[in-house]
Amino acid sequence: MSVPYALLALLSEGPKYGLRLQSEFEARTGEVWPLNVGQVYTTLQRLERDGLVVADDSEGERLKKRYRITAAGARELGEWLRTPPDLVPPPRDELVIKVLVALQVPGTDVPEILQTHRRHVIEVMQRYTQVKAVAGQDDVALALVADAELFRLEAIVRWLDAADIRVKQLPATAPPPVADIRAEPAPVMEVSR
Amino acid sequence: MTRALELRNVSKTYGSGPSEVHALREVHLSVERGELVAVMGPSGSGKSTLLTIAGSLEEASDGQVLVDGVDLATVSRSEQAKMRRRWIGYVFQDFNLLPGLTALENVTLPLELDGIPAKRARDVGLEAMEELDVAERAGRYPDELSGGERQRVAIARAIVGDRALLLADEPTGALDSVNGEAVMRLLRAATQRGVAGVVVTHEAQLASWADRVIFLRDGHVVDQTMAPPGPESLLAAADRR
Repeated sequence: MSVPYALLALLSEGPKYGLRLQSEFEARTGEVWPLNVGQVYTTLQRLERDGLVVADDSEGERLKKRYRITAAGARELGEWLRTPPDLVPPPRDELVIKVLVALQVPGTDVPEILQTHRRHVIEVMQRYTQVKAVAGQDDVALALVADAELFRLEAIVRWLDAADIRVKQLPATAPPPVADIRAEPAPVMEVSR
Repeated sequence: MTRALELRNVSKTYGSGPSEVHALREVHLSVERGELVAVMGPSGSGKSTLLTIAGSLEEASDGQVLVDGVDLATVSRSEQAKMRRRWIGYVFQDFNLLPGLTALENVTLPLELDGIPAKRARDVGLEAMEELDVAERAGRYPDELSGGERQRVAIARAIVGDRALLLADEPTGALDSVNGEAVMRLLRAATQRGVAGVVVTHEAQLASWADRVIFLRDGHVVDQTMAPPGPESLLAAADRR
């Protein structure tokens, strides 16, 4: 989770109060990442325990205290910014599984299934684009958050497009083996293509 | 709302006999003024053919094409050419600006061909260029403009005067994604001022700027998106997480 590092980043600009950290976090992430007071409180507690931040005043209510980043905190933040995130995908992507299953189910119109998912993904993309369209063009944080989702979703559309082409290139297979299901010989002459 | 473009049961066939190719099959599409529609589909699905037929650059083999309510088949060729110049604007992938003319002359050319006096054409042309924030480059030649400026001039030329329909084929060309987005913002703004827009693109991010996305496959319209809910629906989803 990157909330601790986001708080460290905000504190790297100078000492701040807990409540201000919450409002700045939301503003800087384009307000699409709500953060509740409890999360700020427990995160600051952990950061303080690990020596990454210190409170100006050890007494008093945590959210009303002012925090500053320590040298260890600044080092930790610098390392985190340069550490690549985990890019290894989850081993089972639901959409990939659905398409693989569709290929196995006799009589399934796979391109139609791909199109259903393509339309759905593009409809979600239209909503993120709407976010950018109504926001001011100078709202960089919001544009970056929306862009991240849009590029991720676009990659899914491109995968669906590639799947479409691969399915089209499959050699035409015989109709599903009706005889196997009904356990009786199929009338070969009636099979039309 | 006036339907600026209506395709009724439009088919297009090239060649005949065994070499016959069905580029479009029984396509129905209507686009209203103020609406931006994106057309997506794999290579060879008929996207560009749909655009050239909508813009009367090519004739349909079957069906009707109505621009601002007028059936193109019922008017003479010269009348068609006039309608094309007056009502339909095109934006191409490679901008297609004439290198020997200034930016403003490129924008006003369709008006002057239509017999509009030079002074009036100039005023209307500058107005379109102002809308696209490129009026201060009016006297420059295309090779003196940046890629983004050339595309703005091309869009100004497409919306100049009293255009009803704006047609764009991969209009962001080789621009990077942020400049490509800027072009889509401009097309969207142009349609919101009362023009009907149709954009052919293979890029989902660009298509997502449209009010509606239609999907072509083997010449058929196979699917289209529903009207998107507002962006607040995403925030509501984030709150639930």
